[in-house]
Amino acid sequence: MGRYFAIRIGRAALTIVLVVTFAFVVLRLSGDPALMILGPEAPPEAIAAFRKAWGLDDPIWFQYLDYFSAIAKGELGRSMRDGRPAIELVLERIPATLALTLPAFFFKVALGVPAGIYAALHRGSGIDRAVMMTAVAGFTVPSFVLALILVLVFAVQLGWLPSGGQDSWRHAILPIATLSLGGAAVLARFTRSAMLEVLGQPYIRTASAKGVPWHKVVTSHALPNAAIPTVTILGFMVGTLIAGAVVVESVFAWPGVGRLLVVAVANRDLAVVQCILLLVAMTMVTSNLVVDFLYGFLDPRLRAKGAHA
Amino acid sequence: MAPLVSIEGLSIAFNDVPVLRGVDLALGRGEALGLVGESGSGKSVTWLAALGLLPRHAKVSGSVRLDGRELLGAPAAELDHVRGGRVAMIFQDPASALNPVLTIRKQLCEALALHRDLQGEAVKAEAKRLLDLVGIPDAARRLSAYPHEFSGGQVQRIMIAMALAGNPDLLIADEPTTALDATIQAQILELLSTIRREMSMAMVLISHDLGVVAENCDRVAVMYAGRIVEQAPSNQLFADPVHPYAQGLIGALPPLDGPRRRLTAIPGTVPDPAHMPSGCAFAPRCALAAEPCGLAAPSLALISDDRTVACIRAEASRRTLLGMAAE
Repeated sequence: MGRYFAIRIGRAALTIVLVVTFAFVVLRLSGDPALMILGPEAPPEAIAAFRKAWGLDDPIWFQYLDYFSAIAKGELGRSMRDGRPAIELVLERIPATLALTLPAFFFKVALGVPAGIYAALHRGSGIDRAVMMTAVAGFTVPSFVLALILVLVFAVQLGWLPSGGQDSWRHAILPIATLSLGGAAVLARFTRSAMLEVLGQPYIRTASAKGVPWHKVVTSHALPNAAIPTVTILGFMVGTLIAGAVVVESVFAWPGVGRLLVVAVANRDLAVVQCILLLVAMTMVTSNLVVDFLYGFLDPRLRAKGAHA
Repeated sequence: MAPLVSIEGLSIAFNDVPVLRGVDLALGRGEALGLVGESGSGKSVTWLAALGLLPRHAKVSGSVRLDGRELLGAPAAELDHVRGGRVAMIFQDPASALNPVLTIRKQLCEALALHRDLQGEAVKAEAKRLLDLVGIPDAARRLSAYPHEFSGGQVQRIMIAMALAGNPDLLIADEPTTALDATIQAQILELLSTIRREMSMAMVLISHDLGVVAENCDRVAVMYAGRIVEQAPSNQLFADPVHPYAQGLIGALPPLDGPRRRLTAIPGTVPDPAHMPSGCAFAPRCALAAEPCGLAAPSLALISDDRTVACIRAEASRRTLLGMAAE
């Protein structure tokens, strides 16, 4: 059991290192921060001074080692734009993002899981088809399109809700709705197919054959089995809590981590981008680890494998 | 004496394709009935339909009575009481027949709680007794194990224990040994017949293995393409099959004693349920088929006190067999 998780934790650490390395290299190859921040008309001396100040003249491998040794000391660098520590800039945006993604996560689960279960139990019925059609629509329409449709209907046409900003709780409704609908659709499809798969298993027939009433077959035999694949997708959704709202935050002018990321990338504000990516990689990897732990809890077959591994 | 179960005119169609076409069958208390036939002949589906275990899109008609009470279309609560309580069923693939995420205790106690008036410690004690009865060693400890921690034969024993939990009057064993090794097969069949004797329970043994049926059953019904084509006491059927299909099945078995002979295969394949031949479904493969065979499907007719055959050429078929034996 210990070794099973040791391997997983090692793999998680490796994933984080790879993500950070990739971001580091791509950002440095794709544009000069000095030109981006100071502008193309800046005098050459200013640009040279800026490059020297931020160590951009050093060979890339040197910058890379420098960056990692700083991380090891817990320093994530400073923003090239205003000189504040990058981590501070990111942390102050997190509450705004969570104000969207946490309620959205709740609605995804509260809508998607029951809809998927209901559709599976009434396979082929009108309601199943309606749920699936809605789910396919929610799944295929990109979030920025959905966001714009919602703005058009509820802000422009009906005038019920504001179209952007962060002044009151009413401003959060449309962004949360956009995030929730897409996620609920994914979750409904996933839950439905997991349930259908389980309902076709011989042990479901065994349970019916021994006289278990149908509602108990569903709750005590089917759901615990269908939970296993559904937890995978839930883990993925937890991983997107920090930076899963990039598009939605941009459309609704919501000052969260996502918008900070877009601005920082555009400016090649290296430390800020790297700091966000590190944070995203860490949440993703952590939620995957939690999912692995949950698998062991939900599926005794994996527990046994882990014990022997 | 009134039969325990009587099935009359049972027909089943999936998406308008008939898979069972008018089955009549009666089963006495404590009787062991063998049901043989190729895959798709309707052996399992007959009993799944009787217990209301078929998917909703299956169209079922006819009548299935247990002690005179109609089961088809019975309310769900009544069926739940019958399933496991009066009629228990075990299945072919033991490995996937138990819920992988629940302990054996949980699955056994669930059946006990549903059908027996037991509470608390008594449930656990009874669960342990059942595991002992079916020969699971170290039962007390093994109760908290999960299905994947047992071998296939052991899981089938646990399935049998679970089936016995409700003290049923009838156990339907649907190919209970097909997925098991030959040595384990013999053990499971031995266990089934011991339990049947001790609990004076009726049993339906569904199998495509004629040897298994011959040894364990009082009576045999042979099914072909959704119908029963011959019914007889086991010893008579194996000594003197009348329906050409039953003859074909038995002719394809190697004899254990007597001179070596060439095994005969039945030519052709089972007809597609969506394109059944008119008349007798076996006629296209039958060596004795004559013109009238293609006109109407023959119904089961008595040929002696306890034998029925659905074949208009029964007499000719019998003569051929006797003639063959005389040669």
